[in-house]
Amino acid sequence: MNTAKKMIRVANAQGFWGDSLLGPKRLVEEGPVDYLTFDYLSEITMSIMQKQRMRDPESGYARDFIKMLKMIMPQCRDKGIKLIANAAGVNAPACLAATKQALSEIGLSGVRIGIVEGDDILDRLDALTNEGEALVNMDTGAALATVKDDIISANVYIGAASIVEALQQGADIVITGRASDPSLAVAPLAYEFGWSFEDYDKIAAATVLGHIIECGPQCTGGNYTDWRNVKDFAHIGFPVVEAYEDGSFVVTKHDGTGGLINVESVTSQLLYELGDPARYLSPDCVADFTTIQMEQDGADRVRVHGVKGLPATDSFKVSMSYANGYKILATLCISGPDAIEKAHIVSDMVFARMKMLGADIPEEDRFLELFGSNVLYKGIVESPEQPHEILMRLGAKGMDANKLNVMSSEIAPVLTSGPPGITGFAAGRSRASEVVGYWPALIGKDKIKTTVKVEEV
Amino acid sequence: MATKQVKLMDIALARSGDKGNGSNVGVIARSPEIYAYLDKELTAAKVADHFSEIALGGVKRYDLPNLNAFNFILEESLGGGGTETLITDAQGKVHGLALLHMVVQIDESLLSTIKHD
Repeated sequence: MNTAKKMIRVANAQGFWGDSLLGPKRLVEEGPVDYLTFDYLSEITMSIMQKQRMRDPESGYARDFIKMLKMIMPQCRDKGIKLIANAAGVNAPACLAATKQALSEIGLSGVRIGIVEGDDILDRLDALTNEGEALVNMDTGAALATVKDDIISANVYIGAASIVEALQQGADIVITGRASDPSLAVAPLAYEFGWSFEDYDKIAAATVLGHIIECGPQCTGGNYTDWRNVKDFAHIGFPVVEAYEDGSFVVTKHDGTGGLINVESVTSQLLYELGDPARYLSPDCVADFTTIQMEQDGADRVRVHGVKGLPATDSFKVSMSYANGYKILATLCISGPDAIEKAHIVSDMVFARMKMLGADIPEEDRFLELFGSNVLYKGIVESPEQPHEILMRLGAKGMDANKLNVMSSEIAPVLTSGPPGITGFAAGRSRASEVVGYWPALIGKDKIKTTVKVEEV
Repeated sequence: MATKQVKLMDIALARSGDKGNGSNVGVIARSPEIYAYLDKELTAAKVADHFSEIALGGVKRYDLPNLNAFNFILEESLGGGGTETLITDAQGKVHGLALLHMVVQIDESLLSTIKHD
């Protein structure tokens, strides 16, 4: 049902898988909002979810979302707040089943759940390559054949259109797979204001809106350079955007919350993970960030307008992950004097002992980071010559996990057989873990058909 | 005109994150006048030199004059990609503050264009 509203409020309630549950809880309690978006997915989370699914066919989605639903759904129901979440990860059926189960556990009925699928192309890779989709690595130009047998997950970044369709069918909750981050915010605006996807400037404005809020409080004072000006980090407000039919919007937060919203804090997030600002590519449009106008509009309010957009390209981005061997990482604390020198001796000693046990690690697969000796600002600030303490991060990579695991048994013995002043082994033995490679590619839009299903529980 | 040595942090703000095997650093000048100064001063070559031990694949700059901002792409700055690397800052989260450590020489008159709120 499309009612011509003048303004709608969209808020991002969780910006990543594992984000605080306080976000959605506080947003529904502390002020008005019409739509909550939840952005759980990243390149890394897709591969983790795929691995979880391989171990347990009932997993592979954002379980946080289910826990959160039980917490806030009664209030969302009372207030008419709708939820849009890319919570399905790589297992939409399991996510849908868990959502229904959660709603029945809290005694809610008559809730309409929309599910958007079609982003997962893992089972279609052979067919797609036979049809001429090369899926070469966008960053390196390498051919897919070099990793094809090791692919773990393959998902297409889909756009807002299918989410709009679910809302048109009356969905109160829309769950998607790998919908692109800004599309979660484009959908409610396009639906509520009846925008055409050919109204490029408005779709681009909504894409900018989605980009600004996709990491939650990173636009309301979180991770902000002038952190001393930010009030009350513990109660930092999540972003709430007042969006208007003409494509302009105001970034704000609920009254009484902490944080800071000014042109600089919003611009900071606008620049986050940005490539070419004149061509911000999303499945819905190409947004031109060099056209964005921003000004302060009262305390903790920033008005954004003037955004120009172009038609989307004819391809979708594909995010694939592949198994690329194993890595292991062990940590030890080394005290001074001579902490750096001792750390190098310990490193050599561990690798020599591994070799004696038949696990020789070639030089190029070894890793040593001496935290406290200027690791983060390497070459930028002066390094301390004699740190009183360092955290030694010793690691290795390789295709054989058993070989790497020899390292874990040769760390603790360093304390009794190596140089003095070594401690901090409380965490116990580390184990080799899988290395997941990232493979970005492009695919023709005509090859992808998303499906929309709305069910009432 | 008297000049003064300041840290980039005194005249700009920054945010960084990962971009494939590299990272990006967004820089916001604290006034339009300082943006004009940094447009000449904060070249890609200068930023590449600053990150010579971190951005192993060089640096590219994009301009956003509408927001008094620049976007720097630091190629090969993550020790081999966010999902694979063993380094602590696997996503380039601190590259923004790292850039703001740069020391620059600036006309004192430009410092008074910064609004303190």
